[in-house]
Amino acid sequence: MENIIETPKLALTKKDFESDRMVKWCPGCGDHAILKAVENVFPELGIPKENFVVVSGIGCSSRFPYYMNTYGVHGIHGRAAALATGVKLANPELSVWMITGDGDSMAIGGNHFIHVVRRNPDINILLFNNKIYGLTKGQFSPTSPEGSKTKTSPQGTYEAPFNPGELVIGAHGKFFARVVDTNIKMMSQVFTEAAKHKGTSVVEILENCVIFNNQIHALITSRDTKDENQLFLEAGEPMIFGKERDKGIVLRGTNLEVVKIGENGITEKDILVHDPHTEDSGIHVMLASMMPPEFPAALGVIRSVKSHTFEELVWNSVEHEKKTSKLKNVDDLLHTGNTWVKQ
Amino acid sequence: MSDKKDRVIELKNAVIRFAGDSGDGMQLTGSLFSDSTAIVGNDFATFPDYPAEIRAPQGTVSGVSGFQIHFGDMDIHTSGDQADVLVAMNPASLKANMNWITRDAIIIVDTDAFVEKNFKKAGYDENPLTDGSLTGHLVIEAPITTMTKEAVKELQLDNKSAQKSKNMFALGMVFFMFNRDYEGTFKFFEDKFKSNPLVVEANKKVLLAGYHFANTIEAFANTYKIEPAPLKKGLYRNVTGNLATAWGFLAAAERSGRNLFLGSYPITPASEILQEISKHKQFTAIAFQAEDEIAGIVSAIGASYAGSLALTTTSGPGLSLKSEAIGLAVMTELPIVIVDVQRGGPSTGLPTKSEQSDLMQALFGRNGEAPVIVIAATSSSDCFYSAYEASKLALEHMTPVILLTDGALANGSEVFLIPQVASLPEIVPPIVKANDPDFKPYKRDEKKLNRPWAIPGTEGLRHRVGGLEKEDVTGHVSYDPLNHEKMVKTRQEKVDRVAEYIPELSVIGEKEGDILVIGWGGTYGVILTAIEELREEGQKISFAHFKHIMPLPKNTGDVLSKYKRIIVCENNLGQFVNYLRMNFPMYDYLQYNKVQGLPFMVSELKAHFSSLLNE
Ligand SMILES: Cc1ncc(C[n+]2csc(CCOP(=O)(O)OP(=O)(O)O)c2C)c(N)n1
Ligand code: SF4
Ligand SMILES: [Mg+2]
Repeated sequence: MENIIETPKLALTKKDFESDRMVKWCPGCGDHAILKAVENVFPELGIPKENFVVVSGIGCSSRFPYYMNTYGVHGIHGRAAALATGVKLANPELSVWMITGDGDSMAIGGNHFIHVVRRNPDINILLFNNKIYGLTKGQFSPTSPEGSKTKTSPQGTYEAPFNPGELVIGAHGKFFARVVDTNIKMMSQVFTEAAKHKGTSVVEILENCVIFNNQIHALITSRDTKDENQLFLEAGEPMIFGKERDKGIVLRGTNLEVVKIGENGITEKDILVHDPHTEDSGIHVMLASMMPPEFPAALGVIRSVKSHTFEELVWNSVEHEKKTSKLKNVDDLLHTGNTWVKQ
Repeated sequence: MSDKKDRVIELKNAVIRFAGDSGDGMQLTGSLFSDSTAIVGNDFATFPDYPAEIRAPQGTVSGVSGFQIHFGDMDIHTSGDQADVLVAMNPASLKANMNWITRDAIIIVDTDAFVEKNFKKAGYDENPLTDGSLTGHLVIEAPITTMTKEAVKELQLDNKSAQKSKNMFALGMVFFMFNRDYEGTFKFFEDKFKSNPLVVEANKKVLLAGYHFANTIEAFANTYKIEPAPLKKGLYRNVTGNLATAWGFLAAAERSGRNLFLGSYPITPASEILQEISKHKQFTAIAFQAEDEIAGIVSAIGASYAGSLALTTTSGPGLSLKSEAIGLAVMTELPIVIVDVQRGGPSTGLPTKSEQSDLMQALFGRNGEAPVIVIAATSSSDCFYSAYEASKLALEHMTPVILLTDGALANGSEVFLIPQVASLPEIVPPIVKANDPDFKPYKRDEKKLNRPWAIPGTEGLRHRVGGLEKEDVTGHVSYDPLNHEKMVKTRQEKVDRVAEYIPELSVIGEKEGDILVIGWGGTYGVILTAIEELREEGQKISFAHFKHIMPLPKNTGDVLSKYKRIIVCENNLGQFVNYLRMNFPMYDYLQYNKVQGLPFMVSELKAHFSSLLNE
């Protein structure tokens, strides 16, 4: 089952969300396109503009709140998830968006990241994964591929990278999607789905840092290779990709495999059909793990499963206690237990 | 044989220490004695003393759990230096407490526990009851375990359950000794063990057995009585510092009309505040147990931005983790209260012991010029008012406030005159109205210099805050050098101006003269007792105690200037005295420091002050 919030449309436009501040990302940085996509999505969600709160950590990506005309908090490095949780718990009416980088949420904020996912408050996390520390000018991050040569790994890194999708699903995440910064339409569509999902939604954006990690996602995003390396998932649709739409994913034994339709007797019917709403995360995690060159990268909504939200449970408790508690105010509380009068 | 109740000696005050294995139920015994003390109208203060380990090895000194109560017919400000009566349920409890009893203290022991194998565990070579080491003490030897089993024989409890109530035998003896009524305690058994009438019966029988045993043996030549204390009229209860802290915040939330949000991570000795607030969702108080201290405070900053009275509670190691986030709250100028229940440090240090060694960290432990208000609670019951005031200052001045308490205040308990929430000072945060045309995120109030609080969800006030330096008035990000300096100075001045909104420093004793004793925070009760006793003895010695530390009360310099000698007493190596030296370098300061994880004793302070007076 999926978890959807439906809201009536309000007469808002992109303009309502554009800030008057100069956007200071490098020309050509993938962040610009992401900002555009978010500006497309916000007016369409049917949420009053004063109910958006955009929070972030630290990094190039985390400057984002300054570029949106909403309420916003630019936090400290790695802690955006805690900020977002506090805002949402304090006022569940607010639409909370958390902007973070691969350093921000996979390194210094890794702990908060897995815990926010586990608790499942209704916040939307946009994880800008450029596989590098942009703001500090080019050190490797926990998502940099093993062997990456960066300023702090002149001979290449010696460590295995995280795949954010695996972490999300491992932390009992209910919503995980992946998009590329080169496709505003795809981003807008997926961000909208993330917004509508009730619970923590994590969208990993494969983002290009032109300055320190240019073309890191090129296999997936560049014009000549993208069709063979992008699998855009849609609920109920077979997992077919390729320029000629002649490739697909099948489950063989316990593994996924790329097959060619029409070869070895494979027909469209043999291709796996995407079900993002199944509780079982087995296929979802395998999809999240797929990477070129062996596999296409899975894009779109990989997992979207219904569950109660953290703030819902907390506030239900509040309402219940308000109804049932004998203590109506703090004076009542001060008088509980053993008291005695001095005449 | 005459009833011993005929021979009643009147005392002004007394200190009893109940000690046993950590599984012996000494904390409950102590708290039941406290309840009966309340009923007779004495003033009192208590202190539990338990091991850091939940169940340290049985029978060893490190496994001893103690509870001390000091009660009297006058104002009681401390839990007492040394016990006049020690209840020792085994050799280890005797060994652990020999330094904490008076030279002629009465010692009640369970002789059944004084056997060979227990001497070894406690580290005794011989039986301390017979080796002469207790000369000078009146030792009351009672086979408590045997008689407890005897008392419940007809109830046919299993051996373990029968023995469990032996603490009530000891309590019965002490009740007799101090002419206490046991009806209230019986009532407690009836409530507490409602579902298990057998246990109610067993506890009653054992308590009575102890009471009658004390009456029959020859050892008690007298019993004792303490008249009610001249407390103010009103309704009273007993509170620990942590309970009072939690309640102070709940009161502040109610009075300010804000929802309470606590983001916290468990740590001794602060956890009880989180536990207490967790119980009170009916007041729309949300306690969020975060994944660590950083998430605790940062979630609170998020909640503060969203309009809550936001708090985080911790102890020293947790305060270290929160430093960076406190800086964020300074920069964003959001209200938040950080409670540090200080314990022995550095590092994990002495988790269950008390110290005042986080002062410098609270004042200055952040990057950049990051001033915050710092206040320090002065007693267990003052924790209520300190938490309330910390909230008021944070909300009205739009700034983080660090509230320092300590392990001794937190776990110690005191008699508390219950106030009415409506009688507490009102709290009026600077919340901006929807669509206010003059709203600018960093446009300040002329007097307080606080910025306005614009709460998400309010129309017409969308704005961003964050850790980057802010342009004056507009709040836009700014790297301008002069703007930065202006903002640094403004943030400092905003905190300095709080001096206009806190009480002046008051002096006990002569308003000028030879010696001024200075303390801060949790040492108030013990220093005050020492000063009062010396003054009663005719000594001229004055005392000023600091609750407000950043900023200091306006008249601090004035007060300091009036004395020839100033002596600053604190449970650290001299952090407050150095802060005074920094602020008022024109005066000389003497210092008296103790860093043993233990509070000062009245006797040691008196001895030290007397030697100064006689110089
Ligand atoms: C406590 C702390 N440590 C280190 C830094 C320095 N720092 C700022 S951003 C950053 C990494 C940012 O990388 P990422 O989150 O991937 O964001 P990007 O710039 O790539 O968008 C680091 C290490 C900091 N600001 N705070
Ligand atoms: S350094 Fe990289 S990530 Fe940062 S703004 Fe420039 S291109 Fe974007
Ligand atoms: Mg990055």
